[in-house]
Amino acid sequence: MNPIAHSPHAHAPVSIGKVMGTVLIALTPATLFGFWLYGWPAINLWAVSLIAAIVGEAVVVNLQGRAVRPVLMDGSGVLTAWLLAVSLPPFAPWWIAALGSLFAVVIGKQVFGGLGQNVFNPAMAARVMLLISFPLEMTSWVAPAPLGSAHAPGWLDSLRITFMSQPLDGMASASLLGHVKTEFTRGVGLDQALAGYYAPLDALWGSRAGSMGETAALLLLLGGLYLIARRIITWHAPVAMLLGVAVPALIFNAINANHYAGPMYHLLSGGLILGAFFIVTDPVTSPNTALGQFIFGFGCGVMTWIIRTWGGYPEGVAFAVMLMNTLTPLIDQYVKPRIYGRDRKGVALSVNKGS
Amino acid sequence: MKLFDLRGGVHPEGRKDLSAERHIRALPLPKKLFVPLQQHIGAPATPVVKVGDHVLKGQLLAAAQGTVSSSVHAPTSGVIVAMGDFPAPHPSGLPVPTITLESDGEDKWIATESVDDPFALSPENIAARVAVAGIVGLGGATFPAALKLNLSRSSGVQTLIMNGGECEPYLTCDDRIMRERAGQIVEGIRLIAIAVAAKEVLVGIEDNKPEAIAAMQAAAEGSAVKVVTMPSMYPMGSEKQIIQVLTGKEIPAGGRPADIGVLVHNVATAFAVQQAIRYGRPLISRIVTVSGGAIKTACNVEALVGTPVQELIDFADGYVQPAARLVLGGPMMGQQFTNTEVPVVKGTSGVLALTAKEIGQAEASPCIRCSTCVRACPVGLLPLEMASRIRVSDLAGAVAFGLKDCIACGSCSYVCPAHIPLVHYFNYAKGDLAGQERAKLKQEATKKLADARNERIARIERERAEAAAKRKAAREAKERAAKEAAAKVEVV
Repeated sequence: MNPIAHSPHAHAPVSIGKVMGTVLIALTPATLFGFWLYGWPAINLWAVSLIAAIVGEAVVVNLQGRAVRPVLMDGSGVLTAWLLAVSLPPFAPWWIAALGSLFAVVIGKQVFGGLGQNVFNPAMAARVMLLISFPLEMTSWVAPAPLGSAHAPGWLDSLRITFMSQPLDGMASASLLGHVKTEFTRGVGLDQALAGYYAPLDALWGSRAGSMGETAALLLLLGGLYLIARRIITWHAPVAMLLGVAVPALIFNAINANHYAGPMYHLLSGGLILGAFFIVTDPVTSPNTALGQFIFGFGCGVMTWIIRTWGGYPEGVAFAVMLMNTLTPLIDQYVKPRIYGRDRKGVALSVNKGS
Repeated sequence: MKLFDLRGGVHPEGRKDLSAERHIRALPLPKKLFVPLQQHIGAPATPVVKVGDHVLKGQLLAAAQGTVSSSVHAPTSGVIVAMGDFPAPHPSGLPVPTITLESDGEDKWIATESVDDPFALSPENIAARVAVAGIVGLGGATFPAALKLNLSRSSGVQTLIMNGGECEPYLTCDDRIMRERAGQIVEGIRLIAIAVAAKEVLVGIEDNKPEAIAAMQAAAEGSAVKVVTMPSMYPMGSEKQIIQVLTGKEIPAGGRPADIGVLVHNVATAFAVQQAIRYGRPLISRIVTVSGGAIKTACNVEALVGTPVQELIDFADGYVQPAARLVLGGPMMGQQFTNTEVPVVKGTSGVLALTAKEIGQAEASPCIRCSTCVRACPVGLLPLEMASRIRVSDLAGAVAFGLKDCIACGSCSYVCPAHIPLVHYFNYAKGDLAGQERAKLKQEATKKLADARNERIARIERERAEAAAKRKAAREAKERAAKEAAAKVEVV
């Protein structure tokens, strides 16, 4: 017989491990597509990320004198590393992935006190760190070269790319957002910059230059809808983030179409869909209430659009998320549910008999 | 009828199928019955019998004492063999004052007073008869029913709500009593309505009990009693939730249903009321669901108050596998017990023997702030924020987040993926808070006493000084007079 326990004497069949596992399942289609699209180097990078995170977390938790097994088994470290991996350029060198993963789980998470304590989304914090520290490695994109296609790097080539930082000739390419940004600085208008470079269908499906798991908008959307259906996340933050990008894009595009890209271009570019369904829904660093999550998501969207449009970087999701992370406690302080029997200010409702 | 929206709530696996089709059966007469003096909220009843007395079924054993209390009657005829401490049906199992009755096997009733036309009784008379019968709320809160009737009548009730929600998993005792004794229940409801002069009478039943709804509807046909189907959701059986879904009204924080003109009673209580008014029978038995994955034959039994729980388990053919946990009541708010010799009391709705799989308990892991608990809370609280305050002993912070509004329904604990025992935190903090408030009151009382003492001392000293001054003045006046007299003499 168990010792005396408090009610409830029943529990929903859920656990943190199951939650994390479900998110990993949702990420899998887009990840597999990324593997296929960019070949063996992408797979190497993904593997390095995961291994670095697991080993790094085990060492740090052990140093703290805590039990390692439960920490590794909750799956949060693997999820963080996976999210970071899919946001990296597929041909980045191994140490980018390793450094990023270690930064994410050690500095981004364990230094704050471990799971549930961190202020910033660890994957995004790592990505921002890498982007600022290693701008060259973090913005060297390649054109898609699907596994089995003529110019896809073989397995041995892939080892050379990932582990010896040997670039492959003739494959360098710019991401769509980067290309447009560059063209802008050269004074080229949007219509010319996009001509022959942007096909909405490609963007939707994902066969374009970009991070290994960010390009397949459709598959990411599918994963996101799966998470909503499984009640792991709610629609509030994702929809709000998409709106936060689409609304200003629509308005400014209507004002000057040659200078401000339209909503579809923004929605299907960069890491927006990944961010909307897998990053801003991070429970730890987002607000508690549905309204709070909506505000948070919308803020992430608007910030993303602002950075992309006027900022120094072509992509803004990671920066936007980190900026909004700092506002999460503030949002939580002001956005609270109304308590039963009280008004919004917490004052008891007045007695009102009869109906 | 239009229903109003509720927020939060959870949908635990019902498991009602285990016992829902089991007809209510009477238990064989137990050899010994253990009747605690306190089976209600309030002061324990005072015994009016002594060891060695022979009592008849329904005879008063202990009388209500004080303003909030309820009487206790003999569940069968027999001899009082002991009066003293006996383990209570409580997680602690600590002994409480209990009357032990050895049955004589005759189950002979005391002379009872039947009423031919109970509807002719006055509201006061109905409440008085309910009080005499020792009826308490059978939904679990065990508040003395007569007191609730009197309070409601004096504060004016618009709507009488009969709670047939039974939202706790496993429990089917209310379902069965509504199916099998709908006529008596409706009569009881109408009597309660008279007692409180209610203008509207609603019976709320969850939609997972279609047979009970049909039976109650048929019984209520032609009366003012309206049977309403409600969605199945936990905690629908909670007073606040059932009022909200049926009337759209909220009880102001810190208030009672009467403040908004509503009275809520359980359907099983209505049956007890009917029995008491029409036949003069006190509350000496109740329907109990015996269920759980570890029980061989789940069932619904009519058990005499004081029956050892073990006899109910035996009646259900014992266990199919060792129980991981024994629970009195439902799994969401019930209490664990370890001693199966403890008695069934007026508030016992279920005896559950749960398997480890049913409990689904795991080690707690860190909170990931997923806010599942926020979505589940029917009151609109932020359980994760309250828990994080309590963890660092910041009780004031937890109160600011609404700790005192928590109804301890357990929805947050149920859904938490980190398996954090949230309600446990809140109950602990509430206890701590009550302790602090008591200490504060005590401190204030001590301060008042000390102030009074200081004032008394000061007053005595002042009076003493004044008296001394008076004496001095008198002496001086005397001396002055003497001197003046002497001077006069000299002048003369």
